[in-house]
This record gives sequence, structure tokens and C-alpha cells, in this order.
Amino acid sequence: MDQYLGQVVMAIGFILAILGLYGLLSQKNMIKMILGFSIFTTGVNIIMVAIGYVKGGTAPILDAEGNAVAKFVDPVPQALVLTSIVIGLGVTAMMLAYVMKLYQDKKSLNINDYKDLKW
Amino acid sequence: MDKKFMVALLVAAMAVILFPLFQSFEGGTQLSELGQYYTQNGVSDTGATNLVASVVVTYRGLDTLGEVTILFLAASIISFFLSVSKDDRIENRTVMSVTEILSTASQTLVPIIVLVGAYILVNGHLTPGGGFQGGAIIASGTLLMFLANPNHKLNHTIIHVIESTSGIAFVAIGVIGVLMMDGGFLSNKLFDLGTPGEVISAGAMPLINIFLGLKVGTELSNVLGIFVESQNEK
Repeated sequence: MDQYLGQVVMAIGFILAILGLYGLLSQKNMIKMILGFSIFTTGVNIIMVAIGYVKGGTAPILDAEGNAVAKFVDPVPQALVLTSIVIGLGVTAMMLAYVMKLYQDKKSLNINDYKDLKW
Repeated sequence: MDKKFMVALLVAAMAVILFPLFQSFEGGTQLSELGQYYTQNGVSDTGATNLVASVVVTYRGLDTLGEVTILFLAASIISFFLSVSKDDRIENRTVMSVTEILSTASQTLVPIIVLVGAYILVNGHLTPGGGFQGGAIIASGTLLMFLANPNHKLNHTIIHVIESTSGIAFVAIGVIGVLMMDGGFLSNKLFDLGTPGEVISAGAMPLINIFLGLKVGTELSNVLGIFVESQNEK
């Protein structure tokens, strides 16, 4: 199991990313589309963390004396994912605000009712 | 063409794009060159035992500034979008009564949640955590408060004061680093690096983490408050 940990995590990431993309494209309800987007973002984040995995590595935290006790995984993708999570949160909150405003206007969450910018 | 077919085609294309990455992935046996540098020199450069925090706050501090800016921009757009003018606002809207379990639990848990958030952001340079994580936990305390009492009023003046002060302080620490030290923007060598593993160590990092945590926590609480208050429109 330990040997294939990276592959397993990456496979989960792929499944989540593809499911999220499918949800984003196939759903008509805008809240569900945002949920799909969130799942897609989560999948991509998991893929990024998996890329930095080193076999047998642990979290990049040193012990109290500041010595490395074990082999570490790459800290750079983890820092990137931290940034990406926060930005994903901001984008999700903003999309939800748009949806709330749209709903107040037309009392509908169906994306097909909004054709203002469709050509 | 049929819409469902197009969706299936797009999803399949995405799978085809991603699959080679999965297939060629083996899980490295050693770190990349950059990761190796950070692992070996992280402690002597920054004094922090949490290497992820040292990358986020010090090595890639400028990226974090961009991240904070994006979050601030999103919060500003949301408050611009969902603001309700005083004239068409209902002061106390009738809401479904919450159960006693939730209201009692929120009174007990909110202080503890805020305390845990503060602990995580103060110890961000030692243990897993940091400004963003601690701020998010503090905001989750606000969320619990709103769940228990949707008519709860946030004091927006205090929130805005804390948020702008900590934002300015974060940038000020960065600029002082450029002006006074040779370390450049957001230099960590503003203060003595101290002994790794102690709370007051790692130079300016605990300070930056605290300001980041305050900013993120108040910003997310503010966004939650705006979402709740926008329901009060007549």
C-alpha cells in the first residue's frame, strides 16, 4: 500500500477533477455548477500535492531542535496548493454572490433562463 | 450536435490530457533541486521548523501578497454586490428557530474555536498551520455564530479597522525589509532569528502570520456577514 500511495492519491485527484468537470458541464442548476467547480478545484489540488510526493516521505516539519528526522516530501507544491485553496475559496464565494444576485432578479437558478449574454 | 455528446467529448478530452501525467507518475525517490534547497537551508535561512510556512511566508512572500490581494478583491466585490441600503432593510427578519442543542453548543464552542484558530496562527512557523489556516478557523467560529442566530449583527467598523490595519502592517513589514535590510521584500531578518522551535523565533514570521491570520479571519467573517445580511432585503 505504502508503495503505491502516490498513485492512489493521484488517481483520487483525477477522479475528482473529471467528476467535477462533468458536473460543471452537465448541471443546469447554478449552485450545482459551483459545487462541480469546487470539486474540480479540489481534484486539481490533490494532483498537485501528489506530484510533490516522495516515496517514504513525511510532512516537511522539522523536530524541535530543527533537525530533519526523516525524508520529506516536497514543500513547494504544498505551498502552491495553500495559495490555490485560498484563491479557490475567494472565487467560489464570488460566484455564489453572483448567483444570489441573479436569483433575486429572476427567481430562477436554472442557467437556461439567463440568455442575456448568449449569442 | 447533441449537447450530452459534447459534454462527454469534453470530459473525455480532459481525461486524455490528464492521463499521461498519471501514467508517467512514479512518486519520486528524491526531492527536486528546489525542494532540496528548502529542506537543507530552510532552518538556517528562516529559523522556522515548518518548511511549508517558510516557503509561503518568506521564500515566496510576494506570492502570498498577491494571494491576500485576490482575497481582498473578492471580498470587496462581494460587499459591493450584495450590500443592502438602509431604506430597504428589515432589521429583524423572522427565521426558523434553532434547536437548543445548536444555540447552546455555539455559545460553548465559539470561544474555543477562536482560541484554536489563534493557537494555530501563532504557532504557524513551528507546527502545521499558519496565517491562512488560523484565519479560516476563526471565520468558521463566526459561521457557527450565524447558524445559531441569523440575526446576529457583526460590528463592521471593528472588522474593517482590524482588516485594513493588519493589511497595511503586512505590507509595511515587507517595505521595511526592502529599506533597512539586505533581504529584500518581506525579509525575515527584521528580528533576530532566535532558536528554531521556540514560539518567538524565525524573525518576522510569527508577526507576519498573525497579521495574515487577522486579515483572513476578519475578511472571511465579513464575507459571511454580508451573505447573511443580504437576506434582510425587503
